[in-house]
Amino acid sequence: MSNKSDQPSVDRRQFIGGTVAAAGALTLAPGVILHAASEKGKAPSGASGNHRWGMLIDANKCAEGCSACVEACNNEHGLTGFDRPATDAVWIRPVKLKDKQTGHVNRLVMMCQHCEHPPCVDVCPTNASFKRIDGVVLVDRHRCIGCRYCMMACPYKARSFVHEALTDQSVNAPRGKGCVESCTLCVHRIDAGVMQTACQEACDKEGHSAILFGDLKDPNSEISRVLKSRNSVQIRADLELNTGVRYLNL
Amino acid sequence: MSKMYYRELYCGSPVRFWMGLALLGAFIAVGLGAAYFMEHQGHWVTGMSNQIVWGLPHVFAIFLIVAASGALNVASIGSVFGGPLYKPLGRFSGLLAIGLLVGGLMVLVLDLGRPDRLIVAMTEYNFKSIFAWNVILYSGFIAIVAVYLWAMIDRGMERFKRPLGFAAFFWRIALTTGTGSIFGFLVAREAYDAAIMAPMFVIMSFSYGLAFFIITLIAAYMWGDRELGDLRLTRLKNLLGVFVGAVLYFVLAYNLTNLYATQHHGIERFILLDGGIYTVMFWIGQILIGSIIPLFLIYSPAFEKSRWAIAAASVAVLIGGFFQIYIIVIAGQAYPMNLFPGKEVIESGFFDGQVANYIPTFPEAALGVAGIAVALALVAIGARIIKVFPETLED
Amino acid sequence: MRSSLISKRLLIILLAGLLLPAMQAIGESRYVTKNSKAASLDSCVAPTDEIRRNHMDFLQHSRDDTVIDGIRGLKYSLSECIDCHASRDSSGQAVSVTSEGEFCQACHGYVAVSPACFQCHRTTPAESGGGDSLGYHSDAQTHVWDVQQPAGRQRD
Repeated sequence: MSNKSDQPSVDRRQFIGGTVAAAGALTLAPGVILHAASEKGKAPSGASGNHRWGMLIDANKCAEGCSACVEACNNEHGLTGFDRPATDAVWIRPVKLKDKQTGHVNRLVMMCQHCEHPPCVDVCPTNASFKRIDGVVLVDRHRCIGCRYCMMACPYKARSFVHEALTDQSVNAPRGKGCVESCTLCVHRIDAGVMQTACQEACDKEGHSAILFGDLKDPNSEISRVLKSRNSVQIRADLELNTGVRYLNL
Repeated sequence: MSKMYYRELYCGSPVRFWMGLALLGAFIAVGLGAAYFMEHQGHWVTGMSNQIVWGLPHVFAIFLIVAASGALNVASIGSVFGGPLYKPLGRFSGLLAIGLLVGGLMVLVLDLGRPDRLIVAMTEYNFKSIFAWNVILYSGFIAIVAVYLWAMIDRGMERFKRPLGFAAFFWRIALTTGTGSIFGFLVAREAYDAAIMAPMFVIMSFSYGLAFFIITLIAAYMWGDRELGDLRLTRLKNLLGVFVGAVLYFVLAYNLTNLYATQHHGIERFILLDGGIYTVMFWIGQILIGSIIPLFLIYSPAFEKSRWAIAAASVAVLIGGFFQIYIIVIAGQAYPMNLFPGKEVIESGFFDGQVANYIPTFPEAALGVAGIAVALALVAIGARIIKVFPETLED
Repeated sequence: MRSSLISKRLLIILLAGLLLPAMQAIGESRYVTKNSKAASLDSCVAPTDEIRRNHMDFLQHSRDDTVIDGIRGLKYSLSECIDCHASRDSSGQAVSVTSEGEFCQACHGYVAVSPACFQCHRTTPAESGGGDSLGYHSDAQTHVWDVQQPAGRQRD
């Protein structure tokens, strides 16, 4: 197939440029930055190695009994349950912890940690599990054969297997029976230049602001500044996976 | 020693042969139906879940694949290590190895989420993945053993027999190392992530493969009303005893290593003391049935020449081996991953910190049994059309 | 490599050859289903013949660009196919493109291919109507970026 066919038509480019320029001029909601605004007039260029997307979760701010992020994620990606908790897809989950010695109680959310060295990618026989150049770990469902080796390998229990046939999936996350899936870090939003995940948006709206999404490679991003000034941890740091999701106050 | 003549194996009564084959066919049909049902409905109809992602089909598949490489040992001893008593058994050893591997692979493939995409697994390789290596190791094994079998049968190929025997031997060691490494290289779970898994799987394959070999050999010679000498059987029996002992040694070494490291006490406690069904499977299934009873049957002077004792010991080894793989695969997943050392999970949206529940369902078992049936059917048909069995194996 | 390319091309021509008489027999107006957006447009994103022959390759190519490299808003997009070609029933409800006689099914059924696309991709336009359901719709409040279209997704 010739390569010229995947270039957008000229009038489309002009159109995009116009929209982005207009959108960039708007004052957006707090925390929402239109990343594409910096590349105005350009055709969509896809993921870039100049970024590494990640998240920071503040265990002190994750509120008791709240599940706004879970619902937002399910809504965003069309994750419909079948009332079968053992087999229903879970991309993000709250976990409440108690320190065995001190009795200190914490609450946080777990999802795919978007490792720099993801074990799921190492074990995938068909290269269906892969890490995008901007650090987002994804499953290419066109290649996944459903062997579930990645689920065996993931130290975070972050992945789900689609156990039944689905219809009416979301365009944000096409998904189907027999493939493995997990948090995509709202990659459809990143590609569209919307720098906020569905879970962060929901958490902010609830007023908790426990989730912060951003670019770990940009020293001026909010997430980089917080990470630099405060002590954060990686879950299972002993594995040296260099996770893209970090935790405060854990 | 007089000259060996090989002849196709015909059952004493043709009715028995065809009835036997029909029975195997019925098991296979039920298993394929079950696989279709599971694929069509999706995996929610099985006992598997997002916690126990590999279930009973994987236990059957790994069991058969491990046994397959071990079944080839008899041929290797004959042509690589030059054991004259084993030489006449080499052809059957090759046939059984292929049969068991095909049976195991069928189960493995039909339990994939997308078996229709098998072609992707054949064309897209991630060479960091043990699974991708295994795709090559498994298909290569079938090819090499098939040629090896040919070299053992065809006089014109005689000069290739030894090199092929060597190739097959090293290939099978690589194959079982690969199978063991599926678990050995998983850093996430406490029961795995141990280099000893690879050699342990090699020793397990020696043991299960030989047990399969002995049972099918005795059955075939009864079936075909042929003579099978005690001397040869005693040799095989003694070898089985050594292998069972070796497996026990590896199990001991694996558990002792875990018992030494405090962070692994949880999983050890789970398997050895309070894992419920898994603890029972370990002590009764793996240790008592799979190790102690066979060792007793093999080494007790009371059963020195008893063919039934040899057969019973082999069956016990297989039952114990099945439990051993069940514990490795299922219990290893059921025990919760320790995501937060020093913390106790008091609430989770995804079963963190809980022992996962797994109850195998009928379709899973039917698929697994169909794998064994495929292996046996291939051997039965193969032995009838290829000259694998010597006319007589008297001493 | 070369020979496989040739045989692929031949296969496509063969398929097209089988397809065209059938299409002519059905009649010019039946390329698209009634009450779909496509029925009101002059042509697809590329000349009809080209699309008919090569759409699977176009889509496959874009799919890898999008999934692996994150390039969105390409000229060929399955969700756009569906947005444009799904027809609407009398009550205005979108009909699945894989239902009997609908755009995708009619042709694929005729040539006896069963593409795996719709095991994962939805077969009706997204609820909000343009493949642009980006955003969080749990309440009526409209966010600024909620109405922002993903680059290239928007059509007039």
